[in-house]
Amino acid sequence: MPLQTPPLRGLHDERGAKFTEFGGWDMPVEFDSIREEHAAVRDDVGIFDVSHMGEIHVTGPDATRLMDRLTSNDVAALEVGDSQYATITDEEGIIIDDTVVYRLPDEDDEPTYLFVPNAGNDEAMHQRWVDHRNEWDLEATIDNQTDEYAMFALQGPEAADLAGDVVDDPIGDLGRFEARYVTIEGIECWAARTGYTGEDGFEFLVPWMDAETVWSAFDCQPCGLGARDTLRLEAGYVLAGEDFDHESDPRTPYEAGIGFTVKLDTEFVGRDALERVKEEGVEEKLVGFRLIDRGVPRHGYDITNTEGRVVGTVTSGTMSPTLGAPIGLGYVPLEYAEPGTTLRVIVRGQPKKARVETIPFIETV
Amino acid sequence: MSFDIPADRRYLESHEWTHALESTGDGVVRIGITDFAQDELGDVVFVELPEEGETITAGEQFGVIESIKAVSDLYAPVDGEVVAVNETLFDSPELVNDDPFGEGWMLEVETDTDLESDDLELLSAEEYEEQIA
Repeated sequence: MPLQTPPLRGLHDERGAKFTEFGGWDMPVEFDSIREEHAAVRDDVGIFDVSHMGEIHVTGPDATRLMDRLTSNDVAALEVGDSQYATITDEEGIIIDDTVVYRLPDEDDEPTYLFVPNAGNDEAMHQRWVDHRNEWDLEATIDNQTDEYAMFALQGPEAADLAGDVVDDPIGDLGRFEARYVTIEGIECWAARTGYTGEDGFEFLVPWMDAETVWSAFDCQPCGLGARDTLRLEAGYVLAGEDFDHESDPRTPYEAGIGFTVKLDTEFVGRDALERVKEEGVEEKLVGFRLIDRGVPRHGYDITNTEGRVVGTVTSGTMSPTLGAPIGLGYVPLEYAEPGTTLRVIVRGQPKKARVETIPFIETV
Repeated sequence: MSFDIPADRRYLESHEWTHALESTGDGVVRIGITDFAQDELGDVVFVELPEEGETITAGEQFGVIESIKAVSDLYAPVDGEVVAVNETLFDSPELVNDDPFGEGWMLEVETDTDLESDDLELLSAEEYEEQIA
């Protein structure tokens, strides 16, 4: 299957970006160097093209009920201009995907939402919404708008200053997870104070055709998916397909450390199973760790206890540019999950000493 | 984009370089990776190298290099015994990015191989340039 291309593929190529396949998309992984891009976001400001993220639009008299019953968070609590992080779970409470749900201004006086599934999941999530709407006989229109929007993330301590200069409307007053329509160079964009780096910043949903105008309006370091990964990992944010996977590494939100997205006082697919998990407690959980020995932990490496028995698996790992140390995430039984616990990560057959640390690894917003 | 390919060295298709060290007398060569290779890898964060006294074999793996985004094996251009290891790289692996043909060198190896010989599997600078074009 040919890769999908973001609207600015050509522009990024001219800028000297390297590309990688991610979720079926051909995305810029690196513009200059991951280290430089990472530092720009931690110390200043950088912009990411994340147009591979999906956009599903849901509107109608039953839109709130449908959203509430298919995501784990409390959608009914969202007012226009609010957003929330949520998981999409199956009947067993296993995460299918994680997402951000935005409440857009009402359309035709009906509640309206836009949610952002991970790259490559948009068609499956669109189908899931349609199937459940039909099964539950709800009145809602569901539209996969992934090909209608580019998505840019402006991130870093100086993001608000730069956005204040570039955006035609006030934007600095948006609180965390608040969103509204703004105009940038005359283009109407949905702007949210969200991100995936641990820094302050905004994410913009931009009409596909106007992507270049909006992207070019921000004069700052362009950043690729490489820096996005090191930044999110330092911030302790999980990545779908790496830190959980519906098929290859099925996990509940409680195991994945995102139990805060589960509102058991709402009705949703997976709720009853998750209530049981919460009562009984999890057997394993996702922990952060740092390698004390030299080496770089990578997805799939074994984690052993100090006696050499395999007790878990690394789900994400990197050399942290901020800390200058190898860090990672992985699932281990609760008895090994306490910060300070000594473990081993097996790198090419060699056990490397590792220590469990609290996540996030850095201070985040 | 153009890359440095010094003419005074021989190359492997797998992007290692080697050249004879005049300063250390006959038979000692230096080994590293090319400018092209470091650019492909991106930010180098880790190298795993043999220790002094170990032997390496032409065409076989002698170490591992890791960037933030990739793990890559290192292959030996010649047979020989390791006589020096650039231990600076353990704390400053970014030298491989900054100066791949200079301070980013990896090993010095005592070898019987004559790098001038035409019988070797090694590429000339011209041949290597064609390969990466």
